[in-house]
Amino acid sequence: MGLLRYVAVRAALIIPSVLILYTIAFIILRVLPGNPIVAVLGTKNIPPEQLRALEHQLGLDKPLYVQYFEYLWNALHGDFGKSLVIRGRSIALDLRERLPATIELAVAALSVSLLLGLSTGLVAGLRRGTRLDTAMRVYGSLTYTLFIPWLGLMLQLVFGVWLHLLPVSGRIDPQVNLRTVTGFYVLDAILTRNWAALKDVLAHLVLPAFTLGLVLSGPYTRLLRNNLAMVLDSKFVLAYRARGVRERRITLHAFRNAIIPVVTYAGLQFALLLGGAVLTETTFDWPGIGTYLVEKISYRDYPAIQAVILVFAVLVGVISLLVDIVYALLDPRIRY
Amino acid sequence: MPRMGFASEALARPLARLLEGSTPQGRRLIKAGLAIFLAIVIMSLAAPVIAPYSPVKTVAPPLQPPSLKHPLGTDVLGRDVLSRIIWGGRIVLWVVALSVALSAAIGIPLGLVSGYTGGRLDKALSMIMDAVYAFPSLILAIALAAVLGPRPENAAVAIAVVYVPTYFRMVRGQVLRVKAEPFIESARALGLPPWRILREHVLPHVLPTIMVVFSLSAADAVLTEAALSFLGLAVTPPTPDWGFDLYAAKMRALSYPWLIIGPGLMITLLALSLALIGEGLGEKMAVG
Repeated sequence: MGLLRYVAVRAALIIPSVLILYTIAFIILRVLPGNPIVAVLGTKNIPPEQLRALEHQLGLDKPLYVQYFEYLWNALHGDFGKSLVIRGRSIALDLRERLPATIELAVAALSVSLLLGLSTGLVAGLRRGTRLDTAMRVYGSLTYTLFIPWLGLMLQLVFGVWLHLLPVSGRIDPQVNLRTVTGFYVLDAILTRNWAALKDVLAHLVLPAFTLGLVLSGPYTRLLRNNLAMVLDSKFVLAYRARGVRERRITLHAFRNAIIPVVTYAGLQFALLLGGAVLTETTFDWPGIGTYLVEKISYRDYPAIQAVILVFAVLVGVISLLVDIVYALLDPRIRY
Repeated sequence: MPRMGFASEALARPLARLLEGSTPQGRRLIKAGLAIFLAIVIMSLAAPVIAPYSPVKTVAPPLQPPSLKHPLGTDVLGRDVLSRIIWGGRIVLWVVALSVALSAAIGIPLGLVSGYTGGRLDKALSMIMDAVYAFPSLILAIALAAVLGPRPENAAVAIAVVYVPTYFRMVRGQVLRVKAEPFIESARALGLPPWRILREHVLPHVLPTIMVVFSLSAADAVLTEAALSFLGLAVTPPTPDWGFDLYAAKMRALSYPWLIIGPGLMITLLALSLALIGEGLGEKMAVG
């Protein structure tokens, strides 16, 4: 079966999982809390006519199944409804504004975690059974159990307050001018050749990306170590050694074989990355989807929360699709 | 929750069983994890006795740096930070115990039945569980906790729901593996009813893996509870809770670092202790 067909089958599989998550979100946010308007206003003492008028205006007087399909249909057309709290504010617009910040943070954090995880894993795998190996294993468990807000605050304390090296919150200094083109500030700064802004934007990115990246790097350490150990014990390495191939070349070959499962894991990890991003963004006042979600939660703005879950479900689906395609390209044995 | 006996006799036997057949390294990990975990449990249980002050009463001027009278300083309301840390483990331990028990109680039977019977039910359940599993669990827990309201029991339900798929997938996978073994076939040939085959022949083989997932997901649950607390979704003031105290101190953390160092350290230690136990148990499995 061809790669194209594989991709098509795999892409079609995203649809049911997004639908399942949408349904769960709908049950949690529309069915459980009773009347969202009452929840937003925090009081039941609303004149009935006024309540009914509000319900009608927001389409909440329709039967639940109509609301279910209407929202889905509109979301397919890029309309995620309107905020309950800031009346009439389009949620899609909010999301478009916030999403680039989160993706920028996620990509930076993923790079950090791969860099840290793969280098520690490589060391542990090549020095199996030594103290260094044990140290790397401790690194793997310890970093994974760090509580993100705490790590973030401690890093802010050390690098922001004590050493005055890095900014501790936000994406950009308000005094720095940057013309936004894509919403990805790093990209925007490069596109507009605004090097002062690029420096500032990167400085703002360092601590949040390192916080999230460090916490998520542990599993890569372990994964690469164990894969590498397995490959180094395999027969082709033995054959290489017997023929006197240099260690450096053997390592290179082993590393290339050991890295393939890591790619799949990076895809699975993406969900963890988004969850961690919520905490990282809150800790660093990073204006992304995570802080948006937390804001909306405190106002009980249910349509907005529903939209965030839907967008994240699609994002997770698309990323895992991309990872599977990369995997299929790397390893031709994988096909449907 | 099992009864906690403090006599060394009562601890020795389960400990011996836990360490049975594990590698030396695995044994070290389990012991280290258990030591930290039990220390935190004992500290939380003994809080009324060992905490120097009340965790909820103003006992000194606000925001005092660490001193002899208040080794970890005081918070914005003049409460003793050390006393709040000593009391702060109770909610986490309760929420984690409740949520892990709940998600295991739902996920394990579902996984057993789904994996054993197969067919359409299995397909549908697996699809739902996979979708939830792939989604960021923290975000679903946040939404659920927000709707249910900031109470520890609600937080436990929110955490339990998002970890059901973890148990389901693990148990189902193990059942599929065991199902093909000849001893299951012979049990079936003897005419044993499915529930007896599941309980007496399948479950014992799945148990070691369940133990590993149990402690690893407990470690995750600690971090999730702390996250929900940090977002103000698990407890209300003045309840002492590590995650919530971090949240309360966030605004002032950079000027008054003693407010955050303790609670954050405790969260990480508790999560680490459970992760170490899980890893140690995993070590045993790989060998034996």
